[in-house]
This record gives sequence, C-alpha cells and structure tokens, in this order.
Amino acid sequence: MNREIKLINIKEEILSENKGLADKIRERFEKKKVFYLNIMGSPGSGKTSLIMKTIEALGGRYRMAVIEADIDSLVDSEKVAALGVSTVQIHTGGFCHVDANMVEKAIESLPIDELDLVILENVGNLVCPAESDTGAFKNVAILSVPEGDDKPLKYPLMFSLADVLVINKLDYLHMSDFSTQRVMKRVKALNGGIHFFPLSCETSDGLAPWISWLEHEISSIRA
Amino acid sequence: MHELSVTSSIFEIVEKHAVNNHAKRVVAVNLEIGALSDLKNEWIQRYFDLLSAGTIAQGARLMITRVPAVFRCNQCQQLFEITSFITEELVCRQCPSEDVVMISGKEYHIKDMEAEI
Ligand SMILES: Nc1nc2c(ncn2[C@@H]2O[C@H](COP(=O)(O)OP(=O)(O)OP(=O)(O)O)[C@@H](O)[C@H]2O)c(=O)[nH]1
Ligand SMILES: [Mg+2]
Ligand SMILES: [Zn+2]
Repeated sequence: MNREIKLINIKEEILSENKGLADKIRERFEKKKVFYLNIMGSPGSGKTSLIMKTIEALGGRYRMAVIEADIDSLVDSEKVAALGVSTVQIHTGGFCHVDANMVEKAIESLPIDELDLVILENVGNLVCPAESDTGAFKNVAILSVPEGDDKPLKYPLMFSLADVLVINKLDYLHMSDFSTQRVMKRVKALNGGIHFFPLSCETSDGLAPWISWLEHEISSIRA
Repeated sequence: MHELSVTSSIFEIVEKHAVNNHAKRVVAVNLEIGALSDLKNEWIQRYFDLLSAGTIAQGARLMITRVPAVFRCNQCQQLFEITSFITEELVCRQCPSEDVVMISGKEYHIKDMEAEI
C-alpha cells in the first residue's frame, strides 16, 4: 500500500502551555495585589542567603511567604522557616527547574489573601530555569563572584531573560580577577532593561538599593 | 536532564496535531530553536524517542534549525550575528557602538511536521 506523506503546519510555541498557565498565575497574584518574585542562579550562588537577608531587611513590614524548590531536600525551607516566614516546599522530583504547574500546586497551600510578597527560590541551575515561566512578575538571576565573570558568556539565555541581576559575594572581589564592570557591560548588551545590584549577603554591603527596588515593586503592584 | 520538559511539550504538540490530522505515523518534525538555548539536539531526540515509544510519533526524526543570535545596533541600525559569546565582543561590526539589542536567538518554535496519512 502506498502511503502519502503530508506536511502538516504546526506553527506553535513549544513553551506555550506552560506560558498560559504562568499567565494565569500572574493574573491571580495581580488580582490579590501580591508581588511574586522568582530567584534563579547556580547552586551556592546565594539564593537562600539573599532571601534571608531580604526577610531581615524588610523587618516585618510585609506579609510574606517563600516557595522553596529543591531537587530533594528540606534544608533551605527549614532555614527560612526559622525566620518565622511561611514556606512551601516544592519537590521537583529530580527535575532541574520549577514550572508553572509546580507553582500552581504549591500556592494552593499559601494564604494568598493574607500576603504582600511571595518569593520563589528556583532550583540551582543556570541552564533551564530561564526557559520556564513560573508566573513571577520579575525574574532575578544571581551570579556570585567565585563563579567567575564569564558566566554571562556561557549561559547567555539566563542573563538575557532576567529583569534583575544580583552580583553576590562582593566581599570576595579582592581575591579574584572578577570584574563587575565586565559583567554589567556584557549583560547590558544582551538585555538592555536589566537592573544590577552588586552586593554581599555576608557583609550586607549594597543590600539597600536591592531592598528599595523590591519595595518599589511591591508598592507598584498594590497601586 | 534539562531537555526533558521542553521535549515533553514538543511531544504533546506533535501528538495533538497527528491525531487531529488522522496521521498514521509521524516521520519528521521541524523545530526552530534559538542559538541561546543550551539544550542539546542529541538529548532532545533521545528524550523524544523515549516519550514517543509506542505512539504514532515513534521513530520521528527531529530536525532542529538553530535560529542565529542576531543583534541590531541602535546607533547605525546595522544587523550582525554572534556565533560565540565567548570569543566575540558584543559590539556593532560597523560603527562600533556597544548600544545593541538582541532581535533573535531565544526561539522555541515548532514549525511543521511530515506525517504518513
Ligand atoms: N562570603 C560570602 N558568602 C556568601 C555570600 N552569600 C552567600 N554566601 C555563602 O555561600 C553559601 C551558599 O549560599 P546559599 O544562600 O545557600 O546558596 P543557594 O544559591 O541558596 O544554594 P542552593 O540552594 O544549594 O542552590 C553559604 O555558605 C553562604 O553562607 C556572600 O555574599 N559572601
Ligand atoms: Mg538555597
Ligand atoms: Zn553600529
């Protein structure tokens, strides 16, 4: 039997289903006037540290919750919970990033009506969290000094999609050839609208501009 | 590992269109993926083979076209391509301004597929 081969037009975005779900999550947060932030970066870059510093600095001015995604552990959520902030743990089951589906399930257990701010700590990974919309209003990438200033060259997608780049562990600058200028110049070319916050979670240097950016975002969602 | 979730989306879309078009078998799928994606073609195909085993999409070849990373200079409007972010500077090839914007290279698109009807 002769079978006919036919060309079938598809013209679809591969990530459109996740994007659709993420848009719904965003709408829901928008309606409730809750600011929702996604934090991404390599393992050990300082995602949990930044969240903890941020909780401290906000000093109870906002009602917040943290969604912790870990391939398989509770370490980070226990640290954050110890600061008295409600946390939800997502077990990605070996998955290397968080998708909108996982977030949707996680927020079921959050008292959204009673919150001002939700922060998601994505899985430590520079490759694919960038590809998967989590429904957050803003995406923060963290790059830490010990990782080297060539990371934006090696993982351009992450740096081209983030709204904010936190350059963490500035206290290590004096013992490395890391150039904050070089990173900012590279990333700016990939992504003109990005905001930079060079800081140290260890010494708290540079934390204030990050906190005021965040407070500004929280208040603009409420307005 | 990184390729799994994108590949399952590809598989779902392919299967949906195959069913809608009453296809007997999917032969090839044409994808356009931006040069900035770190996903490896070989792994996308491997995961696709796993996911499609026993379905109408079994054995389909994924033809992946990489969409080049193209930038436009905001000063002189010149377009230029970057093939390696590691060795090439992100500056205009013509003027040479650093005020450039990316206009392609982040795509994740399924164009079409060939199927036996
Ligand atoms: N010196 C220095 N150490 C830091 C700084 N920020 C974080 N660290 C340390 O770096 C290590 C990793 O920080 P985490 O906040 O756990 O990193 P993470 O990105 O959450 O890591 P994963 O969740 O495992 O992906 C910890 O030992 C922190 O104390 C900093 O600004 N300076
Ligand atoms: Mg952590
Ligand atoms: Zn130019």
